[in-house]
Amino acid sequence: MSALFSIYKREFTSYFVTPVAYVFIVIFLFMTGIFTFYIGAFFETNQADLEPFFRFHPWLYLFLIPAISMRLWSDERKSGTIELLMTLPVSITDAVIGKYLAAWSFTAVALFLTFPMWITVNYLGNPDNTVILASYLGSLIMAGGFLAIGSCISAFTKSQVIAFVISVVICFMFILSGFPMVIDIFKSWAPQAVLDAIASFSFLTHFTSIKKGVIDIRDVIYFSALIAFWLYVNVVVIEAKKAS
Amino acid sequence: MPVTIKVKSLYKSFGPIHAVRGVSFDVNRGEVLGFLGPNGAGKSTTMKMITGFLEPTSGTVEVNGYDVRENPLAVKRSVGYLPEGAPAYGEMTVRSFLNFIADIRQLTGSSRQKRIDEVVDIINIKSVIDQSIETLSKGFKRRVGIAQAILHDPNVLILDEPTDGLDPNQKHEVRNLIKEMSEDKAIVISTHILEEVDAVCSRAIIIASGELLFDGTPTELIARSERHDIDHAFRLITTENTNENRESAAP
Repeated sequence: MSALFSIYKREFTSYFVTPVAYVFIVIFLFMTGIFTFYIGAFFETNQADLEPFFRFHPWLYLFLIPAISMRLWSDERKSGTIELLMTLPVSITDAVIGKYLAAWSFTAVALFLTFPMWITVNYLGNPDNTVILASYLGSLIMAGGFLAIGSCISAFTKSQVIAFVISVVICFMFILSGFPMVIDIFKSWAPQAVLDAIASFSFLTHFTSIKKGVIDIRDVIYFSALIAFWLYVNVVVIEAKKAS
Repeated sequence: MPVTIKVKSLYKSFGPIHAVRGVSFDVNRGEVLGFLGPNGAGKSTTMKMITGFLEPTSGTVEVNGYDVRENPLAVKRSVGYLPEGAPAYGEMTVRSFLNFIADIRQLTGSSRQKRIDEVVDIINIKSVIDQSIETLSKGFKRRVGIAQAILHDPNVLILDEPTDGLDPNQKHEVRNLIKEMSEDKAIVISTHILEEVDAVCSRAIIIASGELLFDGTPTELIARSERHDIDHAFRLITTENTNENRESAAP
């Protein structure tokens, strides 16, 4: 068994031996329900689709994903197990990717458990199920983006609370980077090209077509590049700070 | 006897603090090297550099012919390491933890379960095998750490305070275990218990303030004291040095 898979397996099963997994899944399902039915007005729109359900995913992920990712590396550093891990025959890259994929799989499980929503909409009408499937995939990729940011941030600190707060702030900036509250910070001094670049980072913009069921290759590339970048920084940070 | 660990003029500084200053020594197969020194002397730092957790500022470490900087994974494969404080994943049971180590160490087939059972038996942790590690007493945690280190039967063992937190009977068991294993392994242990050096080590090294002050057999160490007292010899060597340091640092 490869080192990467061993780490993945250990990490993934560890979610389910503590209450973390169950609390997270219950809250996630509860919140998606509230957002879809009350704020998203699922019934009132009278349309057989899951747009009101997917629309709020970026906002749910904003708080829930950092809650998963905050312990990824902070905990290893605080409890000293990082010394054990880094003296086993494992490369840092394997460790970072293994842990990341475990967290991502866990998110996938939580997302999968929203399937009653899919059953409901199929019971009430005739939705386009390929659109729904595409939206699910898109939502999962976006969750991967949030997770990569959170994993990287948790490598910087031994404190899970700090990792959580900083991750939320950075994810928030990524969600809103096309909007005035972020653009205004740069407007006074950055050239237009930089402003356009920052605006193009917005999770919301990239998620707009996804939630309608359109998987645009550019959005996939965007999220893949984002994940690769943050995981790369994650590796560099662990390399530099593992012992401090 | 083949040389298994070769440490050559090892330096480590953390900013302005010089934790290890030019330490060199070899460890051969069949030797148990006792690493002694006051707290903060650089014992753990040296061990962390041998096992590849810390990068030396300068100097080289070779284990089984592999340079730890050029070939860290090869070194890590052949070394068993008990880090200071015996860290382990608290939420895991002892069984799942050892299975994880077996996965990473790539133990496979029928020998895998046999080896896990064997180690559980040798280290005497059968009674707690299905308990989560965070609920264990200090002594059991330490023993799980030792089990983890010897699971793949490495020919180099680095144990940072293996008997810390154990009761006298457990200490005795661990010392016997180390002696039994020493025949075909190179073993480095750090300890604060000087009688342990006499009991298990074939060689002792004393470092203080990052410098190597003594390298010889326990008998030679005892001979340093006119009272033939190992504690006295240790104090003599380590306090002498701090005085010298103060003088050399003054101008």
